[in-house]
Amino acid sequence: MTGGPRTATLYWTAVALGLLLGGTIVATEFLGRAGPTVNLVIAAVKAALVAVVFMHLRWSSPLQRLFAGAAFFWLAILFALTFADYLTRRA
Amino acid sequence: MANIDGAPAVTDYLQTGWRARDWFLSTDHKRVAILYLLSITFFFFIGGLAATLIRVELLTPPSNLVSKDVFNRLFTMHGVIMVWFFLIPSIPTTIGNFVIPLMIGARDLAFPKLNLFSWYLFSAGGLFTLGAIILGGVDTGWTFYTPYSSFYAHSAVVLVILGIVVAGFGSILTGLNFIVTVHTMRAPGMGWFQLPLFIWSHYATSLILVLATPILAITLLLVGIERVWQYGIFEPSLGGDPLLFQHLFWFYSHPAVYIMVLPAMGVVSEIVPCFARKHIFGYHFIAFASLAIATYGFLVWGHHMFVSGQSPYASLIFSALSFLVAVPSAIKVFNWTATLHKGYIHLRTPMLYALGFIGLFVIGGLTGLFLASTALDVHVHDTYFVVSHFHYIMVGGAVMGYLGAIHFWWPKMSGRRYPEGWGIFAAILLFVGFNLTFFPQFLLGYGGMVRRIAEYAPGFQVLNVMSTAGASILGVGYVLPLAYLLWTLRRPPDAGPNPWFATGLEWQTSSPPPKHNFLAAPQVGEPYDYAEMPRDIPWS
Amino acid sequence: METPVEMQFDDPAQQREASALGMWTFLASEVLFFGGVFTGYSIYRWKYPHAFAEASHHLYEWIGAVNTAILLTSSLFIALAVQALHTERPRRAWRLIIATLICGLAFLSLKAVEYWMDYQEGLVPGVRFDASKFTDPAPATLFFTFYFSMTGLHAAHVISGLLVLTVIGITLRRATDPGKYANSLENGALFWHLVDIIWIFLFPLLYLIGGPK
Repeated sequence: MTGGPRTATLYWTAVALGLLLGGTIVATEFLGRAGPTVNLVIAAVKAALVAVVFMHLRWSSPLQRLFAGAAFFWLAILFALTFADYLTRRA
Repeated sequence: MANIDGAPAVTDYLQTGWRARDWFLSTDHKRVAILYLLSITFFFFIGGLAATLIRVELLTPPSNLVSKDVFNRLFTMHGVIMVWFFLIPSIPTTIGNFVIPLMIGARDLAFPKLNLFSWYLFSAGGLFTLGAIILGGVDTGWTFYTPYSSFYAHSAVVLVILGIVVAGFGSILTGLNFIVTVHTMRAPGMGWFQLPLFIWSHYATSLILVLATPILAITLLLVGIERVWQYGIFEPSLGGDPLLFQHLFWFYSHPAVYIMVLPAMGVVSEIVPCFARKHIFGYHFIAFASLAIATYGFLVWGHHMFVSGQSPYASLIFSALSFLVAVPSAIKVFNWTATLHKGYIHLRTPMLYALGFIGLFVIGGLTGLFLASTALDVHVHDTYFVVSHFHYIMVGGAVMGYLGAIHFWWPKMSGRRYPEGWGIFAAILLFVGFNLTFFPQFLLGYGGMVRRIAEYAPGFQVLNVMSTAGASILGVGYVLPLAYLLWTLRRPPDAGPNPWFATGLEWQTSSPPPKHNFLAAPQVGEPYDYAEMPRDIPWS
Repeated sequence: METPVEMQFDDPAQQREASALGMWTFLASEVLFFGGVFTGYSIYRWKYPHAFAEASHHLYEWIGAVNTAILLTSSLFIALAVQALHTERPRRAWRLIIATLICGLAFLSLKAVEYWMDYQEGLVPGVRFDASKFTDPAPATLFFTFYFSMTGLHAAHVISGLLVLTVIGITLRRATDPGKYANSLENGALFWHLVDIIWIFLFPLLYLIGGPK
């Protein structure tokens, strides 16, 4: 392992995750229709924190980061082109 | 026993132990490759048996040999077995497993135990599927379209799904193994552009294995959940959309066809330079084309759904993308052809298979372009035109590539040379039989004969009889190599390390190789350096 | 203090790199695996926005929120455990692994309670489903089918993760040289973090699309 987070970083990240979780609850209660979208963005940020700090991507080789990114990129292809069908159906 | 070149006797991998546990618990990549070789050969003949029954039934217009229900089960099992239990594993797990560590100068793959585990997963999946066959098979088509497969089929769907998912997991692990191996275990001095193109092809194939197969797994699992608990995930009356199944299924199954053809292309890239005694033309183009095929192949799946109810705008996008995916394949064909040009051609068995691949792949690929055109596809979708298109690529392409690989690396794997006369005869027989079987099917399809039917209009009979006649020749052609290759094992190994005077690190060690592949560290140089090699390949 | 180098590798650095890449490749396949069912869910959510929002209201949001907090905490614990093993504090690592396991068991217990409550409410399609609760029962059934499939698959991965971490933890505890298992613990932790990430997306997608109660 080439490097890793300091203990303080781990704790602060956990705090941030907790705050974001709180943010999600707040967004659901008070943001109405924008709630789900905001929640997804928050979820993405939380996932990124877990990946970058807890899973050490910040200190990993570029190749490992590429592998991690590639998975989500490929998922995006599935989403995009499948929705391309549904969004353009006239029925 | 000493090698033919007088090197000191060393126990090769075939001789290190013959108890059951030495084979079934061996993590030696070469032994795992042989285990796979035995398994997929078994499945090839099972799938071939189904094909035989199909072709015999189709000799006459009425469904008189088997009932229509049995016919549905026959073509389903033929597809399921040939796709998942023969084609997808074939070259990667037999040749790839054997040769990849040798080609990069390694002692084994990155994860040898995982490799053996992959074979056990494959075998378990195979057992489930065989169980399903014994229970009467499945009648949904290898494509498992819902809601028929999830709600209305009265057949062992869940068992086959389990078989495919388990075997699929094994294939994901094989892809994982190859990717990590190529990244981390190349010999010192072997950069990415010193790698043989066989490795590039298998790396590209492994990308697809890892990224696409999980989608197949979840999709089939959802069908299983639907079936077991009668949930309506893809059932219209319960709010579901059958087309969603098709999107998810083809997101895997289109890239899957590149899993089936990319390894064969890698084989051709090894055979053609060797038997033309020339450096491959356009190494970088072929390498990047392999990656392009793998990645780009994920963008075209909707061309299987032009007539299913997909939006015409999405169909347009998929059609345009499908035309483009032909480009990297064409680049490879041009490069192989340029390699042959002014080469010193040796028409040995591997080369015959490679040349057969190139020609038949071109026909199959071009007919794919017809299918990519939405207007044409409306006419030929679900007809024998499609059946012929994919058999030209899968059989004319991938299977020929597989047989070429078996013959090319047989001396390395077994230490024995195969009888060249029989090899040439079988290759020619296969080429003739193949074309007689499948060319009429283009005409049948264009003329309107629908696929997956046991009973057809009498006007189609002549072409069907031709096709079955061709299939019988094909059958003989497949049995011949099985027979003469097994026959070579009666002799002691005497092929020598490099009977083809080929480049590549695998030819720098003995045939068969010792357990850890190399006694002395192999010399890494530029690939395909045939200018430094003798011009003539000796006959024996 | 290093994992012994296996035959096929030349040195510990190569082995470590291969191990990390292998684990990330496997995680990539898992992302695609769950991604498939997420895609299916998203399509139906887009198609039946009101029915899905109404159905989502019947879920126990507070259980989902507490479970999210539990998993996030467990991720912290296992990350600390990996760090502890690297800084040669195996007993601390063992305690943190136990803490992670406790969190995981708490998650599963809450999930079991929640499933039981869903059953009581008649929210389990095919088993006990009260269609009268919904203005449009067919897409509501679809919602719950996805809810149980997705959380069920996730729970199966939680169980697998717990088993893996238990085996690694016990091996560590008994070993004379626990540092040999640094690689294994890292890989186990990576799997656990992925399980956490999947839940991070599951929670808002399933529980929170209904808006305020």
